[in-house]
Amino acid sequence: MATDSKSVDGYEPYYVPEQSAFPILATIGLFAFVFGLGTFFNEMQAETSGSGRYISIAGFLILSATLFFWFRQAISENMQGMNSMQLKRSYVWGMGWFIFSEVMFFAAFFGALFYVRNFAGPWLGGEGDKGVHIALLWENFKYTWPMMETPDQVVNGAKAAFVGAGEGNSLYPADAHNGLLHWLPLYNTIILLASSVTVHMAHVGLKNDNRSAFKGWLFITVALGIGFLFLQYMEYHEAYVDLGLTLESGIYGTTFFMLTGFHGFHVFLGMTMLLIMLLRAQKGHFSHEDCFGFEAASWYWHFVDVVWVCLFFFVYII
Amino acid sequence: MGDHHGPAKGFGRWLFTTNHKDIGTMYLWFSFAMFLLGGVFALVIRAELFQPGLQLVRPEFFNQMTTMHGLAMVFGAVMPAFLGLANWLIPMMVGAPDMALPRMNNWSFWILPFAFALLASTLFMEGGGPNFGWTFYAPLSTTYAPPSVTYFIFAIHIMGASSIMGSINIIATILNMRAPGMTLMKMPLFVWTWLITAYLLIAVMPVLAGCVTMMLMDIHFGTSFFSAAGGGDPILFQHVFWFFGHPEVYIMILPAFGIASAIIPTFARKPLFGYASMVYATASIAFLSFIVWAHHMFTVGMPIAGELFFMYATMLIAVPTGVKVFNWVSTMFRGSMTFETPMLFAIAFVILFSIGGFSGLMLAIAPADFQYHDTYFVVAHFHYVLVPGAIFSIMAAVYYWLPKWCGNMYDERLGKAHFWLSFIGLNVTFFPMHFVGLAGMPRRIPDYALQFADFNQIASMGAFLFGFSQVFFLFIVIKTIRGGAKATDEVWENPEGLEWTIPSPAPYHTFTTPPPIK
Repeated sequence: MATDSKSVDGYEPYYVPEQSAFPILATIGLFAFVFGLGTFFNEMQAETSGSGRYISIAGFLILSATLFFWFRQAISENMQGMNSMQLKRSYVWGMGWFIFSEVMFFAAFFGALFYVRNFAGPWLGGEGDKGVHIALLWENFKYTWPMMETPDQVVNGAKAAFVGAGEGNSLYPADAHNGLLHWLPLYNTIILLASSVTVHMAHVGLKNDNRSAFKGWLFITVALGIGFLFLQYMEYHEAYVDLGLTLESGIYGTTFFMLTGFHGFHVFLGMTMLLIMLLRAQKGHFSHEDCFGFEAASWYWHFVDVVWVCLFFFVYII
Repeated sequence: MGDHHGPAKGFGRWLFTTNHKDIGTMYLWFSFAMFLLGGVFALVIRAELFQPGLQLVRPEFFNQMTTMHGLAMVFGAVMPAFLGLANWLIPMMVGAPDMALPRMNNWSFWILPFAFALLASTLFMEGGGPNFGWTFYAPLSTTYAPPSVTYFIFAIHIMGASSIMGSINIIATILNMRAPGMTLMKMPLFVWTWLITAYLLIAVMPVLAGCVTMMLMDIHFGTSFFSAAGGGDPILFQHVFWFFGHPEVYIMILPAFGIASAIIPTFARKPLFGYASMVYATASIAFLSFIVWAHHMFTVGMPIAGELFFMYATMLIAVPTGVKVFNWVSTMFRGSMTFETPMLFAIAFVILFSIGGFSGLMLAIAPADFQYHDTYFVVAHFHYVLVPGAIFSIMAAVYYWLPKWCGNMYDERLGKAHFWLSFIGLNVTFFPMHFVGLAGMPRRIPDYALQFADFNQIASMGAFLFGFSQVFFLFIVIKTIRGGAKATDEVWENPEGLEWTIPSPAPYHTFTTPPPIK
């Protein structure tokens, strides 16, 4: 080939894989998953039951299995020494930009919260130029945050579709029923901040070739992640059962559950990643100079931690 | 691994490929198919609007056509076409053996046909397809939407995932795969514009995902993001959507700037005027795209401070855009110009895109926009930036690089005929829309007042001319691929760029070892 005669000295070949069936299988899995999920949601809406859930589960299994074998292949290629330093950098860039895309996903929901609290809410309550018109629609509605009584309730009373949880039933510290010591978000903050430290300790252990420290700290991190999810489950249970605060409680419940829910889902993802890294560590994977799989998972974990800190301030405190 | 081999045999080649050229080809053909499909939807609209009154379709179906036309063109035709060009060209332009993550590249592509099959199938579902416009404003798309909206939401979700993966791949390729010596400021502008476009995509596609997720939750799980009764706000939808939507507009035009910046110097036989300022102007446009979104919603009743901020910020965009137009014109100034088909499309791009830019400035003036909002003037404006902007640049790119891809020259006479038919068709279609819009004809309505009839008839005739010209384009492309005069390696006279240093057609694998960069 013409290009070969002009090669640059000392270039490590960039591994371009042969044909691969993983992408098309993953596409089929992804498609079946979302098609089934959409069908399932529509069936729920129409109060019928059909095949939606089964298509969705099948799709999810195909997708998960494909990703499992896909990652396994990528890992084994690396362990066979097929990946040049340049290729490894491609994975680093890939993970970094993926995390940026996740940041922007959360930005949409934080943005919604900001808009509602600073603009839409006060206008609904009759403030400013815009408030004049809206006050005619939602007469007597007073805007406060957390919004424990919806405009719907103020105007339509018992016929309201969106029913707030009522005064004193928010998850702000002021409403913590048995005092601050029983306020779960505080514990979750401590847990998640601690887990960011422990995952860093695991990294330090790996870098020092201290595998038992690496695995021990990683195990603790996963355990803290599970602990976080357990406390979040308790909190949601309290909100739904004791406080009557649900997704349908108007905009406070909406933003609270969507922000903390997506965060919790990302904690679950990050915890799963770290668990896989722990299992890989048990199999003897990772060395102090080649451990990007673990580092990527720990980056993700730090990202999840930062999102929580923002949540703690903007959803629970301010 | 150093061995060189050609593509695999049979259809498996396309399903399982990891080759950037194969994947680029698939993107481009997929885009062409969606362009023709979206074009058919547009012709249904124009046929109905040929005369006032209701003739051909029911208003509900008309709404589905306006929605699906927009979705097919934005997400199906323009974006995949640019991704196809990126796949084909970026590795060759930066001297890389392939895209950075070749398997994920294939995944990015194959999600698209599935997503669009899902989206198009909604037209046949009970209650019909999406009928709320491609901007799917709540509550039309939530409270009042047909059940198929759920599938629409998931189709958007997976095509968003495809875009994000494609963009991550492009950024990793550009930042990590350049041949030694290919510094950032030596990169061709097409690579630069795509680097910035990919950044925009990764920044805003997740916001779109958040937007449709809020819709999904409002529809199925009783949340109240877009319902004032629950304390939310329907206007919130517009803010979230346009925070995605405005950068999206630039996603559809920045790669076009890169293409024009490649073609004009070749046929003016002069180096590009103001390379560095082109890079900075592109970056400035990308930055500004994040702080102008509410100019799409001047009439929703924002506080005056918001109106003013978004008005001034929007007008600022004219500055970097003006820099670009100035540079293209200066590149041509006193050049030894010839007018092959790619150059014709590129020059038409500069002129007609400027017209679209000027009508954009008119719309940016908030008090004037109160008059223009939701009229055909807006339709005229964004079709002038998208058709001669995005679409013409894609066609210019196809004529310019097709000889490199397939090794054959296209027929210059046919190419020029295609250009003039498209050019006339386009202007006949969209120019009259300025007049009916200024006179007050609202968009997205299947009927109109009698006084608009003449201009609408002219527009409809232009639309059919433009539509059939694209079937002619399809014929030209297929004819070129099947045969024709052999292209030389350089194809054009002294074109700039690494892609012209390799044989035509480009071998299946190129630059498995990096080329030297001067």
